[in-house]
Amino acid sequence: MDDLIADFLTETGEGLAGLDAALLRLEKHPDDPQTIGEIFRLIHTIKGTCGFLGLSRLEKVAHAGENVLGRYRDGSLPVTSEGVSLILRVVDRVREIMGGLEATGAEPAGDDSAIIAELDAVFAGKALAAEAAPEPAAPVAAEGGKARRSRAKPAAAKLPETMAEPLAQAQPVTKATKTTAAKASPARPRRNAAPKVVEAPPAEAVARPEPTPAPAAVATAAAPDAAAAPAGEAVAVAQTLRVNVDVLESLMTLVSELVLTRNQLLQLSRAREDSALTGPLQRLSHITSELQEGVMKTRMQPIGNAWKGLPRLVRDLARELGKKIELDMRGAETELDRQVLEMIRDPLTHMVRNSGDHGLEGPAERREAGKPEAGRITLDAYHEGGHIIIEVGDDGRGLPVEKIRAKALAQGLATEQELAGMGERDIQRFIFRAGFSTAAAVTSVSGRGVGMDVVRTNVEKIGGTIDLRSREGKGTTFLIKIPLTLAIVSALIVEAGGERFAIPQIGVVELVRAGDGVTHIKDAPVLRLRDRLLPLVSLSRLLRLEDKPDAEHGGFVVVTQVGQNLFGIIVDRVFDTEEIVVKPVAPILRHVTMFSGNTILGDGSVIMILDPNGIARATGVGAEGVQEDRRGAAVTSTSSTEKMSLLLFRAGSGGPRAVPLGLVARLEDLPAERIEMSHGQPVVQYRGALMPLVPISDGWVPPEPGGRQAVLVFNDGGRAMGLAVDEILDVVEETLKIESGQERSGYLGTAVIAGRATEVIDCAWWLRQAGEDWFGPQRPADARRTRLLVVEDSAFFRNMLVPALGAAGFEVVAAASGTQALKLREAGECFDAIVSDIEMPELDGLGLARAARDGGPWHDTPLIALTSHTDDAAVRRSRDAGFDRHVPKFDRDALLDVLRGCLTPNALH
Amino acid sequence: MEAALASRRPAAVPASSETAILTLTVAGQLCGVPVLGVRDILGSQAITPIPLAPPEVAGGLNLRGRIVTAVDLRRRLGLPPREPGAGAPMSVVVEGGGELYALLADSVGDVLALPESSLAPNPPTLDPLWRDVCAGVHQDLPGGSGEGSPSLLIMLDVERILDIG
Repeated sequence: MDDLIADFLTETGEGLAGLDAALLRLEKHPDDPQTIGEIFRLIHTIKGTCGFLGLSRLEKVAHAGENVLGRYRDGSLPVTSEGVSLILRVVDRVREIMGGLEATGAEPAGDDSAIIAELDAVFAGKALAAEAAPEPAAPVAAEGGKARRSRAKPAAAKLPETMAEPLAQAQPVTKATKTTAAKASPARPRRNAAPKVVEAPPAEAVARPEPTPAPAAVATAAAPDAAAAPAGEAVAVAQTLRVNVDVLESLMTLVSELVLTRNQLLQLSRAREDSALTGPLQRLSHITSELQEGVMKTRMQPIGNAWKGLPRLVRDLARELGKKIELDMRGAETELDRQVLEMIRDPLTHMVRNSGDHGLEGPAERREAGKPEAGRITLDAYHEGGHIIIEVGDDGRGLPVEKIRAKALAQGLATEQELAGMGERDIQRFIFRAGFSTAAAVTSVSGRGVGMDVVRTNVEKIGGTIDLRSREGKGTTFLIKIPLTLAIVSALIVEAGGERFAIPQIGVVELVRAGDGVTHIKDAPVLRLRDRLLPLVSLSRLLRLEDKPDAEHGGFVVVTQVGQNLFGIIVDRVFDTEEIVVKPVAPILRHVTMFSGNTILGDGSVIMILDPNGIARATGVGAEGVQEDRRGAAVTSTSSTEKMSLLLFRAGSGGPRAVPLGLVARLEDLPAERIEMSHGQPVVQYRGALMPLVPISDGWVPPEPGGRQAVLVFNDGGRAMGLAVDEILDVVEETLKIESGQERSGYLGTAVIAGRATEVIDCAWWLRQAGEDWFGPQRPADARRTRLLVVEDSAFFRNMLVPALGAAGFEVVAAASGTQALKLREAGECFDAIVSDIEMPELDGLGLARAARDGGPWHDTPLIALTSHTDDAAVRRSRDAGFDRHVPKFDRDALLDVLRGCLTPNALH
Repeated sequence: MEAALASRRPAAVPASSETAILTLTVAGQLCGVPVLGVRDILGSQAITPIPLAPPEVAGGLNLRGRIVTAVDLRRRLGLPPREPGAGAPMSVVVEGGGELYALLADSVGDVLALPESSLAPNPPTLDPLWRDVCAGVHQDLPGGSGEGSPSLLIMLDVERILDIG
């Protein structure tokens, strides 16, 4: 039997087991939304899974059932005993079909039109009572259990007749099938009809009417079964055992410890050369290795599990886009750690979507290019030296190098000179940068500039890398390289302040001997590395360890990348790399964010594992960065609650001024001779181009001949601008909190930095003084940023949405469910608007909206629904629940429009 | 050390109203922890300091492949640091919240079976820091044990001791 179907049977079987109880609970408490939600989700899952397994019969039944449950769930139909019976019959039908599926490996044939018609009738709002329960008085289930039970009884009384009839029918059918389909058909009556009859008297009345559908199915199944029977030997379900993941995790931990102990023993035995020890130790070593392999294997799952949804996705995509797409999946059996698998699932889905949407051309275009009409997306997975390589390729139009070059230039991601020195592939790699999208038209599928960079971030989070190869007109292939497991990582062992630490190799870009490249801006060390000013963090100082006096020159710089930001960590010594087993730190140390865990080295000593993300956050080097500078003024507010590096300088009279260091490309100290005047404006020849100098103080005079001029260079694309200042003072790390937003052009306001009132300059304004509008349309400099709450259960989409909204200037708080959102309300958080998904576990979007509208501080906060359903009924439902606006899911521009509309005063009321 | 502990245990099997208590000394003060909560007693160990950790945390040590966080009882109880010449501290390994912790004491003494009736509540004049981590005071110690003759034994509340930061 197909593995997928076996899995499906096991999982659905487990779900169904709990469903009966849930349904009965529902009957007792018809208005318990949690139970309805639970049932709805299970049926919904069955429907979805059947869709791509090609189980059309199951899908149809589940779909009809889901419709009715959907109406129960949104309260547009009261839950009645009869309704519950009907749903129970649906569940039985599902069981019956699954029974056939398990026995024969294929969906048994049968006619479900009767039950579907009944379901559709209920869905359409026709009272079921008239047909199923003939009592005249069928009050709506407002009175609770008693009324329903009394009604249920007559139904039970009626039951023998309905039972008798199907049994009578079933009998001959069984006989008939015996002759034709001897193997397959007896199984069915036994599984379904027979046990029910036996159970009938003691069980609750509700469960009883179920035999009715069974005979119908069997009866019609008889003839087709004759054909299916020869193939119908009962297929045994695979010999598997479900084991709690925790058990596997703890096994994994134990084995990791065993490996470490073995390594210690080996070290000891090598030192002693005791031959009596060597033999058994060799064996121990061997067994340990095998055990480790075995345990690792238990955590392994075929990557095909992460691909399950893709055929369906591609099919839908093809329809939506009017393209023909073939999906070719190879190496689905390649195994990798389940944790890695979970984390790679979303990025893969996103990439396939991308390939289908902007990789492949439409049929007409393909014909013109002499390609087959149907485009092809290829997924390929294979092992390569302790890693897994996943290729996602298409034979579409490829990445247009010229377009990317132009866009990179326009977005200021690189200068013209830089681009000139780049190979084709390097230029194509720009698509991994934040905010970059090549799709000329934004479609509903992808192309909003929050695509490949998110994929890349997610891949890097699990220690992987992503690359691409593409030829224009031929297609694009993305290569993802990920480690097999996360439990064991490769780490660089370094020493600082007399202690050893491990830095995961993932973030390490290169190692540089500190030497003379390290200079200081006041006390802050920086490294000039290939024309780049690399901020440095001294590890011993950061961890408050004893500082070696010459560490900065005699030591090493570990160049580390966090997201898009590069910074250097100064260490005293570098040992080698070692495979380490990451163990979490004790709870009492969790607040020390500098460490991601600890481990035991081969020599038995405990060492701490540094977390580059934590270091970046603690020091401010990651709060804003080299790649972020085009966002200009936005940065000052984006990181307003985090520490950031600020460059302090003096210009003109008054106190010190400050600018976020991340915005400054370079600091220059220019000799007076290089400053020339052009049209009354000072300029310098700088790196082969003319750079305008903008003096920040009014009474600026060029320095005396022989003097020097301090200049902060701002870079944007091919252009550079120099801000002439009197003196560079210091680099400090502070939480930037602008106290007074005074109306003075060129300044964002005043902040207390290093204990002094300091004016923070508005870079965007000064850059405009250089004569060009560098940053496009300006947002009004809000005194207070607009606060948004984003409620979305999918981490992947949350990660896409939050930065996108952040970049648009909003302060964004994210919650993973309605329940979490309400916790924020309890905590007294207030927002200017709430953007919420509808479908979520626990409390969904509608529930959240109702709770918000119910009173309390959020009762008049604008609520925006993100929804994939745009039909009128869905919109009305969510409007009734309290949503103000609807936005198609992940249409960023529409969302921004709506947000702006909502947030304009009185737009809503 | 474990073997030594085991051999003492039979002598200290408590009657129903008695608690078996492991005695330890911290800067001359006799303290006790319930012996049932003790997982291990270790002699001198290599302890890796953990930068930026709360001052009470002495560091991490390797207990047969498990990383155990060491809490210095002197620092936890606000007592002066160990004199430089003194011997290495003993580690009493206890469990808290599913994790193992090592309590560093100057020395570890006998296991005593003390009647619960002899446990007096903390005197209200006790230093607030101590009041917070002590579970009471045993006064009727069997003669000869402990440091001074009329010594008092402070019961440590392990859970509170580990409630750092």
